Amino acid sequence: MSTRTFALDGYGPRKRSAWNRLTARDSVVWRMDWIMLLSGTVLAVIGSLLVYSATRNRTELNQGDPQYFLVRHIISLIVGVALMGATVWLGHRRLRSAVPVLYGVTVLLALAVLTPLGATINGSRAWLNLGGGFTVQPAEFIKITVILGMAMLLAAKVDAGDREHPDHRTVLHALGMAALPIVIILAMPDLGSVMVLVMIVLAVLLASGASNRWVIGLCLAGALGAVLVWALGLLDEYQINRFAAFANPALDPAGVGYNTNQARIAIGSGGLTGKGLFEGTQTTGQFVPEQQTDFVFTVAGEELGFVGGGLILLLLGVLIWRACRIARESTSLYSTIVASGVIAWFAFQAFENIGMTLGIMPVAGLPLPFVSYGGTSMFAVWIAVGLLQSIRTQKPIAA
Amino acid sequence: MSNIPETGRTSRVTIRLIAIQVLVMSLLLTLGGRLWYLQIRNGDEYQKEAKGNHVQQVVEPAVRGSILDSRGVPIADNETRLVVSASRTELMKQDDEGEAVLERLAKVLGMEAKTVKQKVRLCDAKTPQPCWNGSPYQPIPVTDDAKPKQALQIRERSEDFPGITAEPEAVRRYAAPYGANTAQALGYLSPVTDEEIEKAKDTDSPFLPSDEIGRSGLERTYDSKLRGSSGVTRYEVDNLGRVMGEAESEKARPGSNLVTSIDSRVQAVAETQLDQAMKNARKEFDKNTGRNYKADAGAVVVMENKTGRVVSMASNPEYDPNAWVGGISGKEYAKLTGKDSNYPLLNRSIQGLSAPGSIFKVISTSAAVKAGYPFNGNYECSSDYKVGGQVFKNYESKGYGDIGLGRALEVSCDTVFYRLAHKEWKKDGGNMPKKGARDHFYKTAHQFGLGEKTGIDLPNEVSGRVPDREWKKNYWEANKDAWCKQAEDGGDNPSYAEKIAKENCVSGMKMRAGDSINYSIGQGDTLVTPIQMATIYGALGNGGTLYDPTLGKAVISPDGKTVNEIEPTSHGKLPLTKKTLGQMDKALQGVATRGSAAWRFGEAGWPQDKIKIRAKTGTAEVAGKQTTSWLATYTDDFTVVMTISQGGTGSGASGPAVRNIYDAMYGVGEDGGIDKKKALLPKPQAALPKISKDGTIVPQRDKRPADDGAKRRVAEPPAESPETRREAQAARHEGERQQRQRDGARQARTTLQIAGGERR
Repeated sequence: MSTRTFALDGYGPRKRSAWNRLTARDSVVWRMDWIMLLSGTVLAVIGSLLVYSATRNRTELNQGDPQYFLVRHIISLIVGVALMGATVWLGHRRLRSAVPVLYGVTVLLALAVLTPLGATINGSRAWLNLGGGFTVQPAEFIKITVILGMAMLLAAKVDAGDREHPDHRTVLHALGMAALPIVIILAMPDLGSVMVLVMIVLAVLLASGASNRWVIGLCLAGALGAVLVWALGLLDEYQINRFAAFANPALDPAGVGYNTNQARIAIGSGGLTGKGLFEGTQTTGQFVPEQQTDFVFTVAGEELGFVGGGLILLLLGVLIWRACRIARESTSLYSTIVASGVIAWFAFQAFENIGMTLGIMPVAGLPLPFVSYGGTSMFAVWIAVGLLQSIRTQKPIAA
Repeated sequence: MSNIPETGRTSRVTIRLIAIQVLVMSLLLTLGGRLWYLQIRNGDEYQKEAKGNHVQQVVEPAVRGSILDSRGVPIADNETRLVVSASRTELMKQDDEGEAVLERLAKVLGMEAKTVKQKVRLCDAKTPQPCWNGSPYQPIPVTDDAKPKQALQIRERSEDFPGITAEPEAVRRYAAPYGANTAQALGYLSPVTDEEIEKAKDTDSPFLPSDEIGRSGLERTYDSKLRGSSGVTRYEVDNLGRVMGEAESEKARPGSNLVTSIDSRVQAVAETQLDQAMKNARKEFDKNTGRNYKADAGAVVVMENKTGRVVSMASNPEYDPNAWVGGISGKEYAKLTGKDSNYPLLNRSIQGLSAPGSIFKVISTSAAVKAGYPFNGNYECSSDYKVGGQVFKNYESKGYGDIGLGRALEVSCDTVFYRLAHKEWKKDGGNMPKKGARDHFYKTAHQFGLGEKTGIDLPNEVSGRVPDREWKKNYWEANKDAWCKQAEDGGDNPSYAEKIAKENCVSGMKMRAGDSINYSIGQGDTLVTPIQMATIYGALGNGGTLYDPTLGKAVISPDGKTVNEIEPTSHGKLPLTKKTLGQMDKALQGVATRGSAAWRFGEAGWPQDKIKIRAKTGTAEVAGKQTTSWLATYTDDFTVVMTISQGGTGSGASGPAVRNIYDAMYGVGEDGGIDKKKALLPKPQAALPKISKDGTIVPQRDKRPADDGAKRRVAEPPAESPETRREAQAARHEGERQQRQRDGARQARTTLQIAGGERR
């Protein structure tokens, strides 16, 4: 361990004040990716406004308090940022040793969802009731632990310098490790999270340098799995309907297609500069269901227009671009894989979420990272940012 | 491990990282492109959709203004009725397209299921009446005469009647005060069509699908004023239709009321008298045709001389304008428009055409004076007049020797006018007309307003015709091919019709001597309407001004604050000097006292010394039909013109009726005494009805029992059979029974409204 690491931990030979340690030129804070942080923060601020706009009139949801959702959203945001700080402080390397435990805990939580402890929202049993009005969505944390778990397995031999690329056995282990939670989540069923997890697994395998055969095989397996799921009737009717409405948005505008149709009207009517914050007729009229969570982008589209929607896309782009830089500059395969997994997660989830509001993706229940209302998602996203920051701030182990 | 770079990564991983990066960025670019497509490319379209999404309109129909008579008595107003309507959009959603619901509804209403289904089907080229001609999105009235019990049944069992509503609604009522139905002058309403809605969309007065608009009569002419404007409340609503706020709204503005110059009491008398005169004529034997007179149609116009205001306007056959209210049934429609209906919808006062007969002679007299023949000159009144081989008879008159033009009018001597017309025709060149022929007889007719519409404030007035050279030429151009072909078909042995066709083919464009001669006594191709003759005789009575006849007298805003009086306007002056007018007036007095109408007036107890009456009788020949009876009369204040098609002679058929109308107006008794208390309208009603502070117009109703005047004066036919008397009585009882029923229904309705209120 380097002296700097000791300094970070407060055991360094040169005793510095906490403030000095944080502000010093070579400190963690100084070395963090501020562009990424700033993008994430601006997205979160925009998100807070959008959530407020979407919920201040929904008296049947906000229990008569227009700020009900806003306050909870900001609390979640603060907790999320704190979790990021904690992650950076711990460092991804130290977390590496805890991965098996974290993985086990999240899988158990996911299993608990399927027991009577779970709560069903919108036909999906994806929430765990914590009591006192608090619910948690274990699938969000599983995204992290699957990334970390696969990275740990796949990078173990390579980072130790034993092999150039992960061997087949390791890949098989890693896939098996990812498959267990995916099956559990599929049983919920939380199709959106399954799709994100599959993309994560794909990106992780790519980044790990696993043989092309695995990558191609996984793609084929994914396709086969989709066909099987369809053929065996594992999907609920509402999920099939979502796909049907995607294929033909004009289909029954009052029923299946209602959501997508209203979302598109909201966004389309925003025009270049939007109708102004809190001025959207689709939003105040509550024509778009789930507008503070899965369909939060419609608020931006309607009230802030192309300018606002474009800004969100730009900020997401900047954030992901910085994440890609971190992936490229990371010094170990482990951190490369972790960063790639997070990139795939953010990018695909954002694409699916915004894509479904724009009518180019089928509807699947997924929040927009950084923007949507929802505590678990917020925590998970900011922990992931913490992992990226930690990869950036932790210098390679001296060879 | 030389191939592991400083970062500890193989090139395979590096390449794949770049691939991931490119992939991820292209996803975001896809989103950006799609966002641009939705918001910038198609933004307008979505903005429209968003607007339609969150704004809901609630339409409050405007109450249509009333049409009142000159004393403020409503002749067309609104009453509340229980209307049962069916929504096609709702019915079409049902599996059997509403079949079962309509059958149940028919049972409740006691109607035939077929009738109900026909009423709610949409009209198109292949669907005969009854059918719905309005917007398919508008609830279609099935009946407007539901009993409260039926309405309650429909409301109580709303689950059995999806798409069916039973609501009290304001519907038009033609009240027929004093029994005056005034049908053709009032006109009727019918639902607005989709095309009309589309057409009026961007105008100042757009239509709503629920609107009814005036289709004829006063309802049509004054439609825009009577209709008012519907109120639209635009609510901003959320996804569940909950109201979030009110957007720009317009209040319903009720339509203005129209005060007319119609006096319903006089109207009632005129209608009864016309009808009675026609009935009597049908009992008269026509020697010319060897059968009784048909008297198939008739009209009478009572007009104020000095303003052109129409006091009453009756057209027979009549119909009940209430038949249109709430949608007309197929049977009813056929009765009004079918081949055998004799077209009661026609307003014969302004749409009935016939040759004027001798009442035209005032024009011929004027023409003669204009042509330089002195009024008091000597003109031979022989019993006939020969031109070439043709004999023109003195129809209504006999030989009187040499007489003046005034006396010629009095005794209606045809031959005097034949001679003058023939002379003028020859002066104008005869069969080889000069350039710039003076054509006095034709020009004068034009100056009297014939061949032109009078400009009355009723739609679809016809202009009639003056058969002058220009008309002859145009008529020949239009028909010569048919005539010449018919003449050719005749070959060497032509029939009478073919001979005529040949003559027409060769010289039909020419004004022949016979044309001019016939024309001078109002026979031949001349066509006039009763209203045209009324304006002419009115002008003779007012010193020469041809007023545009009007029924509308004032448009009064619903609050009573704005009163727009409709001022009399004229379309010309008679081309006569004061002297000639005076001479003519005197001659027409003579007609009433010692001329052709004397046996109806001067010699029948008319108080000519107190109320000077002028008259001119006319009996027009119509090829292939019985003669048309004409009687044109005026006093100092009023003009009365009556005509009966195929009714007989002027004084014979129309005389008693016109006399009775005057008797009623002036209160003239059988002995010739004047009872001012009984006089309905001895002077024109100049003042408008009183308007109370809340804007309602106070009707000045006669205290005497309704119909009294009319009944008392019904012209007794020479020998009234007991049957007709019984019929009249039965009809009267029927009217009373209906009135009682209406009152009963109104009471029941009030009860239902209260019941409905409690239920809510």
